[in-house]
Amino acid sequence: MNSNPLSTRLAGLELRNPTALASGILGYSPESLQRIAEAGAGAVVTKSVGLTPRVGYPNPTVVQANCGIINAMGLPNPGIAEYASEIRYAKTVLTVPFIVSVYGYSAEEYAAVAKAAATAGADAVELNVSCPHVKETGSEIGQNPKLLTQVIRQVKAATSKPVIVKLSPNVTDIVEIAQAASAAGADALTAVNTVRAIAIDAETALPILSNTRGGLSGPAVKPIALRCVYDIYEKVKTPIIGCGGITTWKDAVEFILAGASAVQIGTALAQKNPAVFQTINRGITAYLKKKKYRSIKEIVGKAQRN
Amino acid sequence: MSAKLNATNTLRVTRIASVKTENQTTKTYTFKDARCAKAKPGQFLMLWIPQIDEIPLSIMNTEGNSVSVTVKAVGDATRHLHNMKQGETIGVRGPFGNHFTQNNGNVLLVGGGTGTAPLLFLAKQLATKTKRLSFIIGAKTKNELLFLNQLDPLCTEQPVAATEDGTYGLKCLATQPLETLLAEEGKEKFKMVYACGPEAMTRQVFNLTEKHGVQMEASLERLMRCGIGLCGSCMIGKYRVCKDGPVFNSQQLREVKDELGISKLGFDGNRIPL
Repeated sequence: MNSNPLSTRLAGLELRNPTALASGILGYSPESLQRIAEAGAGAVVTKSVGLTPRVGYPNPTVVQANCGIINAMGLPNPGIAEYASEIRYAKTVLTVPFIVSVYGYSAEEYAAVAKAAATAGADAVELNVSCPHVKETGSEIGQNPKLLTQVIRQVKAATSKPVIVKLSPNVTDIVEIAQAASAAGADALTAVNTVRAIAIDAETALPILSNTRGGLSGPAVKPIALRCVYDIYEKVKTPIIGCGGITTWKDAVEFILAGASAVQIGTALAQKNPAVFQTINRGITAYLKKKKYRSIKEIVGKAQRN
Repeated sequence: MSAKLNATNTLRVTRIASVKTENQTTKTYTFKDARCAKAKPGQFLMLWIPQIDEIPLSIMNTEGNSVSVTVKAVGDATRHLHNMKQGETIGVRGPFGNHFTQNNGNVLLVGGGTGTAPLLFLAKQLATKTKRLSFIIGAKTKNELLFLNQLDPLCTEQPVAATEDGTYGLKCLATQPLETLLAEEGKEKFKMVYACGPEAMTRQVFNLTEKHGVQMEASLERLMRCGIGLCGSCMIGKYRVCKDGPVFNSQQLREVKDELGISKLGFDGNRIPL
């Protein structure tokens, strides 16, 4: 019997604890991913990588909001051909599941990048079908159940590694999208990506981000993300990874109670450094002990009324 | 989100209070910002040039509620800034990053080009604390030697100037007089060498301090986006220059010596030679 109360199994991946690094945070370099793993993360997800390099948007790409951050980086990435060597190296140094986030402008592109990432050594891929600030990819795919189905099917056909689908909260009904992803073969769902947002400076009467619109993350979005997880868990069997404003162990526990099997942490790294993973894991352990649960698996979805 | 990060990272819009021309390519901008005016030497700020860009700049001085940055025109954003005048609107976030430690033993500062700016700020605070404060200042040519007049009274001995073309001081790189000072006999060793400048210079300073068994701290520069340790644009080794740096000590520099003065990440995350 497994005595680690934090260990969990998700989409075929064994996690020593339920906290993962969210995509978009701290980049690609094997050194930084390793540092996050050493700091206590149960898994790491890379920044999104596409078929060809992208330089992203000019600054400002980040703006502070009340209780959150709005960003529009514009998917900067070195392209999968270049990044494949870093994936191969990362795989040799990482001791936790290594998930590569991929994006594309078509189902074929998603499949090609996912296949290359898996071949290079990724333990799983996470499809970024929810980036809210780059045209013709991201949420433009994830908001359309038909397109999303095509993308997931082609990726599933291209690789045998687990396929995680990261959902956008910028939809009328996230359950409908989650059902489509699940039916198309998604092995897990990450809920959610950033919430579409804008920041305007009154003095200059200008939007601050160079891309005008961006995505809001951090504590401001937590209640929205929590509701998305709750709603999806009610109707969909596919395991969920909760994501959105998780900063403390209590936030993490709430997501698990809502139905998440694991959580991702991103924006909290700005204020708490990588030690945030250990702090959250200790808090979850103490909670389980106090409430006399032997494993986090016992509390997944426990807050559901039905 | 902690209140402190929230406040530090919130964009404040201010006006350029004054512009001072240092030489043909370099200007110093002063503006009011109470938060950045509390910065420690080595910290940086993000300066918003509306509709153009937002760039990281080392803090050169603080006085009352005012803060100054020294900017060389090297790209679109800095050239645009050079055309801006007193009274025009800019935005600021920060101060960000760590800072130089302030050693009260014998210290030696090595500044190259605009890298002299944060070291001037540091020298002002060290002047009252240290027994010996030496300064080596390097540049391509005479009129790119910054702040020589301001540094002179802060140092316990005359600052050593080195120009590549020999138009002022020694005709050599800044690292040549450094070697001489580190090797000098019969005097108490330097407790700390502080460096800021082109990374090829910093790498040489690192090699020399290692050779002579002297501790150092260097302020590094990388392409930056968020400034708060999230985006990963400014990684060197496992470190985020914006959050774990920009000041790195000898121990950390040893860990990143494969990249120091050799390569950095481009805007697409690909490694490019420096």
